[in-house]
Amino acid sequence: MRIVGARVIDPTSGTDEIRELSIGDRAGTIDAAGLIATPGFIDLHTHLREPGFEESETIADGARAALRGGFTTVCCMPNTEPVLDAPGLLEEVRERAAAAKAARVLPIGSITRARKGVALSDMAELADAGAVAFSDDGAPLQDARLMRYALEYARATGRVIADHAQDAVLAANGVMHEGEASALLGLPGIPSAAEETAIARDLALARLTGGRVHIAHVSTARGVALVRAAKREGVPVTCEVTPHHLALTDDWVAGDRTFAWDRRNGSAAAAPYDTATKVNPPLRPRADIEALWQGLRDGTIDAIATDHAPHASTYKDVEYDQAAFGISGLETALSVLLDAAGAGWIDLGVLIERLTVGPARCFGLDAPSLARDVVLIDPDAEWTVAIDALISRGKNTPLLGRRMGGRVVAAFVEGEQRLE
Amino acid sequence: MTPGRWSRHDILDVDDWSREEFEMVLSTTEAMREVLDRPIKRTPVLRGKTVVLFFAEASTRTRVSFELAAKALSADVVNITSSGSSVEKGESLLDSVRTLQALGGDVIVLRHGSSGAPYFVADRVEASVVNAGDGWHAHPSQALLDAFTLRARLGTLSNKTVAIVGDVLHSRVARSNVHALRALGAEVVLCGPPTLLPAAWRCGHAPAGVRVETDLGRALEGVDAVMALRLQKERMSAGLLPSTREYARVWGITEARLAVTKPGAPVLHPGPLNEGVEIAAAVARGPRAVIEEQVTNGVAVRMALLYLLAGTEVPD
Amino acid sequence: MAKLLLTEDEIRRALTRIAHEVLERNGGTEGIALVGIKNRGDILAARVRAKVGEIEKASVPLGSLDITLYRDDLTRIGYAPEVRRTELPFSVDDQVIVLVDDVLFTGRTIRAAMDALVDFGRPRAIQLAVLVDRGHRELPIRADYVGKNVPTSLDEDVRVRLQELDGEDSVVLARKGEQAA
Repeated sequence: MRIVGARVIDPTSGTDEIRELSIGDRAGTIDAAGLIATPGFIDLHTHLREPGFEESETIADGARAALRGGFTTVCCMPNTEPVLDAPGLLEEVRERAAAAKAARVLPIGSITRARKGVALSDMAELADAGAVAFSDDGAPLQDARLMRYALEYARATGRVIADHAQDAVLAANGVMHEGEASALLGLPGIPSAAEETAIARDLALARLTGGRVHIAHVSTARGVALVRAAKREGVPVTCEVTPHHLALTDDWVAGDRTFAWDRRNGSAAAAPYDTATKVNPPLRPRADIEALWQGLRDGTIDAIATDHAPHASTYKDVEYDQAAFGISGLETALSVLLDAAGAGWIDLGVLIERLTVGPARCFGLDAPSLARDVVLIDPDAEWTVAIDALISRGKNTPLLGRRMGGRVVAAFVEGEQRLE
Repeated sequence: MTPGRWSRHDILDVDDWSREEFEMVLSTTEAMREVLDRPIKRTPVLRGKTVVLFFAEASTRTRVSFELAAKALSADVVNITSSGSSVEKGESLLDSVRTLQALGGDVIVLRHGSSGAPYFVADRVEASVVNAGDGWHAHPSQALLDAFTLRARLGTLSNKTVAIVGDVLHSRVARSNVHALRALGAEVVLCGPPTLLPAAWRCGHAPAGVRVETDLGRALEGVDAVMALRLQKERMSAGLLPSTREYARVWGITEARLAVTKPGAPVLHPGPLNEGVEIAAAVARGPRAVIEEQVTNGVAVRMALLYLLAGTEVPD
Repeated sequence: MAKLLLTEDEIRRALTRIAHEVLERNGGTEGIALVGIKNRGDILAARVRAKVGEIEKASVPLGSLDITLYRDDLTRIGYAPEVRRTELPFSVDDQVIVLVDDVLFTGRTIRAAMDALVDFGRPRAIQLAVLVDRGHRELPIRADYVGKNVPTSLDEDVRVRLQELDGEDSVVLARKGEQAA
């Protein structure tokens, strides 16, 4: 297939020019004038909920939602039921994903059995069975000694620990960032220190063991600073940030609906306590967001990952403190990020790098190739985030009803067009 | 809003009320107080209206106050009480909302243990919703009755200073009072143990016009009124306090501690009291205490709120 | 075009006449009390009381009644009208209560006032004094003392203006919605 007339952004070669692309074996030409072509995005942090929570998401729908958002590869988290802590389960996930013929799905194995934080999973066997990384995401590992052992195994198996860095005791009962907004809303807060102390601990353990730690969804200014300092010292650490932490302040819980880069101040546009804003780590204040962007631009943060956390309405249509954590993010990520780029908060080339080459580097994946995985983006297309417009079963996004710009119009995986 | 006309459909919080809205409720409360002094404390104005009292968290005092208010206006009253959270009973708030909607009341008075629950309900029912206390968040009718009581004592709240002492962190009473007192022109001092003050407020990010102190002596210095908050017993088990004994000695409101306030500064308490903990018995029963006035004014404020809400229904 | 029904002098004379009639009918001030209906009846009641005082050199109890909580049209008008404080600093039991209002129209206000009054006790009798009776009764109510009877149509308003509230004394008949001159 020939793709003609597109602006091709290739972060591998660092080029940005209008040129022709050729992908796959099929004959034919796509007129891509006005479109942007980039390597397919890689999401290091996706919850596909299958097996166990198919009401919230399935592998097939999640993989299709990923393509819709431009992600041709997603790494799925093991917090399913049963937990992905055995080789056979990884095999099952990969088979179901292959059958869906959508985004490539790379399973992440759990660090501990059933994510209970008590005993290590069979990490070596899981690595052999294709675990692309290890994580107890959602149930941060509290036992420092166990984390040390996990990092030793990670080093030996050449894998990464994707670390939900959070002190569970400090964060206990918290449902949003502890700050001015939580004080006014009367909601129990999660202090920034819950993330900072955990990052500091795990950086020390990575230094101790030489095992690679990947800080998942960093959300605090101090967290970014800790990673920056550790990288400078040569600690084996990489780091990701989510679109929602880059865009939404904790004022969104109180009903604010302006992106961090929109200076239209304090225009509360929604009722407070929308459970779609409940996410862990929580949405943070503007000062943290500015530090996240600084880290993303200077390379401290290697990757943007969605932490796509779809939930059936049963888990969200409840009181704020009872609601499940998580935002459905695969399909809105690109539009949010393009909005930030449009506001001048990041260069488009750097942004694409953090969605492609950056994440591949974090998990040691094959470098993205324009000969294999390509997405075509219409930067001028507009769409409205609506329940019917989302492929994901998770409609839990505070962006519902919002008019957004930028849309993926075609996606190729392994040379095959799977979204048109 | 049209001047002189109530235009809110629900009363969920007082954080965004205009001065005029406060004044409207307080002047209506004044008229309702007079009704409560009559031999027959009942007027027919809400005849045919149904007020549903949905208390998902135990609270006899507030529920009875709303019930008396509704009956004094001749409304029909339906009580739905449930002890423990609906989640424990396996009944979701969404289920409850469907029941409430089917009951077809005109006003739903909601008490709930989760901050924000009244917004959830208001978004899903046609009836007006009155927040009778949600989690740590808001207790609008309490703040209004406190403001009414204070104005009756102090004449005005402009340029007055009110100290709120105790477990501010978990207190919806404190939060709503901050909004109401500020809107009516008063300054607020919040005082309590460091673990029972919202972290952001303690660390220099308190709302405008609000001062935060951990030292009770400094907090009470020269204030025009003092409000003691109830100390919940479970704060101890959560490790937030070393002991109730220490709390009583350091933050308890006693005659001696009150010596530094303006002479005769009234003392309020939302009830129920832990005498000898947050407030000394001598203070609670002494001449400064306005706790019984608060109870009577509470009924009048709630009459005012129910009256104003019931009038906003536009005929078809 | 607005039409002047009563001038300042005419209002004064009407109230003086009402005061005489009240005294004549009740045989003096013994056992009577004046209760004005807010928001202008209370002012008129105070003036009648002053006249009675001038004539008889005696003081009669004065009260004011806010009838908002007794209205029967709350859901029809679409908003909650302002409620004011009722002041009845005396027992109404076994008193002759003379209700005072500015304009008698449908009779619904008077019905509400009587309902309110009986919540305070059991008056021996209730009488009614109004400055203007404009007709169009919807309830079987009539005034005992009338300042002026005025035939009106339903698309007209009777506007009573009083010094204490409006800065002048006058009663004007105007088309509904028409600006006062």
